[in-house]
Amino acid sequence: MARKKNRMSQEVNAGSMADIAFLLLIFFLVTTTIASDKGILNVLPPKLDPNNPPPEIDKNERNIFTILVNANDQLLVEGEYAEPEGLDEEIKLFVLNFGQPDEEASALYNSLPASLRALSQRDPESSDHPGEAVVSIKTNRGTSYERFLEVFDLAKKAYFDIYAARVNLTTDEYRALSGKDAAEQALIDKGKENLPMAISIAEPDKIGS
Amino acid sequence: MAKFSKKTKTSENIPTSALPDIIFMLLFFFMVTTVLREQEILVEQKIPQATQLQKLQKKTLISYIYIGKPKNTALYGSEPRIQANDALLNTADIVQWVNRERDALPEADRPMITISMKVDRDVKMGPISDVQTELRDADARRVLYASVGKVDRN
Repeated sequence: MARKKNRMSQEVNAGSMADIAFLLLIFFLVTTTIASDKGILNVLPPKLDPNNPPPEIDKNERNIFTILVNANDQLLVEGEYAEPEGLDEEIKLFVLNFGQPDEEASALYNSLPASLRALSQRDPESSDHPGEAVVSIKTNRGTSYERFLEVFDLAKKAYFDIYAARVNLTTDEYRALSGKDAAEQALIDKGKENLPMAISIAEPDKIGS
Repeated sequence: MAKFSKKTKTSENIPTSALPDIIFMLLFFFMVTTVLREQEILVEQKIPQATQLQKLQKKTLISYIYIGKPKNTALYGSEPRIQANDALLNTADIVQWVNRERDALPEADRPMITISMKVDRDVKMGPISDVQTELRDADARRVLYASVGKVDRN
């Protein structure tokens, strides 16, 4: 009796194991959605305090690069009708104009790589120096979100191009820096140093929407 | 001839005993990466394209808000609506929702809460700016405009 039992195969038949695993695999393949958490980061201005109105800002008109988008998704850039193509290059020229650099800005100018210095036109009608320059985007309540994001994207691109050129990376490589370790964080900081990303998003107006 | 007969004697089977292991490995990969969607999206979501995408490091800090035209127009109308978690919200309820989301985070992370706005591309700026005003009131000022990578046309 005992001998007979020993002769019988004691292994579990594992031949169909692959099939079972395949079935589960296909289930998870179908149900899986790889979450995409990519996007364009923006930091909103702080809440308005009614008792403490924001200080009057007397910035020179030349230091503000105004982009207006109307309810028909048309662009008015610095008072002229424009197309979004090439807007990023215009913003770069504006930010790096160095019309009237102060001492600090001159030092910044000297620290820039030659490719960025070449963009400086020293136009007295354009921004004084990058520390003063502001890109202002104003939309209408009827502007489509897609067009707003396109313009915002281009403004971000202009700044990221400048940052990346300062640390000798491509724009994509610079954006991929996560600041996980000290070396990456140092690169990020070096790109941004003394060159704040000043993109202002004005509250949309209600007329004509 | 002798040579040929020798050749036919060799086993031509591919050993498949490691196949289940390989499949299990794949299975575990997908099981780990899978996020079962626990909520139904009630609004249309055609996410716009952009080029300057950034990735956030800590996913736990992100709360999602969906804005778009309701899928069920008979029930919710055709104006863009806001969805957070699994219900449609009114603009005025956003502050409360943000505070609830923030309370769910560990204390140290609370100021860093990020709202990922998944907005349909056909929505106008009006409702979005209303939402942003509410977010400013709630002091959740980090906003991520969710978008997908643009494919170069040239």
